[in-house]
Amino acid sequence: MILDRPAQHLLLPAKAGFIAATVAVALAFNLLPWQDLRGVPDLLALVLTFWCVHQPRKMGIGIAWALGLVMDASNGALFGQYALAYALLAYAALALHRRILRFTLWQQAAHVLVLLLASQVLMLAVRLASGGTYPGLAFFVGSLLAAALWPVASYVLLIPQRRPVNVDDTTPL
Amino acid sequence: MEHAPPQFFHRGPAPIARLTFFALLSILLMVLDARFRYAEPLRQVIAIAVYPVQQIALAPFTAITQVREFFTTQTELRRENTELHAQQLKEAQDRLTLEALRAENDQLRQLLEARSKFSTDAIFAEIVYAGRDPFSRKVIIDKGSQQGVQGGQAVIHTDGLIGQVTRVQPLLAEVTLITDKDHAIPVQVLRNGLRGVAYGSGDGATLELRYMAANAEIAQGDVLVTSGIDGVYPRGLPVARVTKIERDSAYAFAKIACQPVAGIDQFREVLVLGKVEEAPAWSDESNRAAKRGGKAKRSRRGES
Repeated sequence: MILDRPAQHLLLPAKAGFIAATVAVALAFNLLPWQDLRGVPDLLALVLTFWCVHQPRKMGIGIAWALGLVMDASNGALFGQYALAYALLAYAALALHRRILRFTLWQQAAHVLVLLLASQVLMLAVRLASGGTYPGLAFFVGSLLAAALWPVASYVLLIPQRRPVNVDDTTPL
Repeated sequence: MEHAPPQFFHRGPAPIARLTFFALLSILLMVLDARFRYAEPLRQVIAIAVYPVQQIALAPFTAITQVREFFTTQTELRRENTELHAQQLKEAQDRLTLEALRAENDQLRQLLEARSKFSTDAIFAEIVYAGRDPFSRKVIIDKGSQQGVQGGQAVIHTDGLIGQVTRVQPLLAEVTLITDKDHAIPVQVLRNGLRGVAYGSGDGATLELRYMAANAEIAQGDVLVTSGIDGVYPRGLPVARVTKIERDSAYAFAKIACQPVAGIDQFREVLVLGKVEEAPAWSDESNRAAKRGGKAKRSRRGES
């Protein structure tokens, strides 16, 4: 029901610079020297999904695809594997963005979980088709963690937009 | 009069069209990469562009390591020093005889007119991180083409072979471990010289010795060394130890599992060996001669 919608702040417009900065931080997180990526939440995918849902005009399939290429190049993965998965992820998030935002945060997280899992299944299919090793169910744990981080991401990434217009000395942040 | 829609409604191609475009582009790239390896230059450009971000992400960890190394206690250093001295003494004998053996070997090879098998220049490298791709077994080392690393070089640790350089960037190189599913090494049983090919099993810990006859003379605990017939790995590097043999009369081949001798995941420093000198090309001329020579000659070559 529309009336059940959680109370929302009126948000300021998002700044492109902030979006770029968050994407860069998420990318840096993904590039940390992980032993392997099993069980590590893919923060870049999460941030991409977040901006696709919240700012569909400022984030899109093309950017997601390009970031996927960066992941491919630095991971030594099959070139195009992450690009394809991220493009699909961005498309699904764009297609669902009006619907997702009507739900509470945890319900949104459930949607995001499905999107992330779908992109991982796509990657798995691509790699198995090209002769990779099956990495085990632990491969999907990262998506669970990333989806669990959705409420946190929603809080943190919206902080700049939640600032009051008139900033004075008493403003907390 | 024309009514152009306001700017707000211009959104470019429909999302599904964009998705199709980018998906096709990705598939094209994947095919080019997997089948023809055409994507390497683009990969290198992106890798160089991302290198600073990667270094920034790594910075805290490098700092922690440096601080920890700085505060290594004196007792620890003394203990390590004593151990190293003991080890050096132990190895002194080998080292002294090695020189003599090497000279003798050179002389014998000259007599046989065979070229020297080992090139001596090796590059010391450190593992920066284990490859993050969960579908393959790779590590990234901190030396690249600028330091003279080339694709195809063998990488060893003190105990034995760990892998092969498969992709070289200017400052980093990617080493495929011998446990990777797509990796195969021609090996030889040290005890009796029986040859075979060991494949990575992909589970990260073991290798498989495939296509060995069920009655092949091989036993648990046998050490496998590189046979050197591929022209990639120098001869005689320890590779793995046979841990399990299943002989089933229903199958023509035995199922042989091996454990790498060099603890693949437990060290930081590795040595990238110089490239083995390429054997002279096998000419058609000699091929035909061999065919004319009949079966006896060919089988003899197969044995030797």
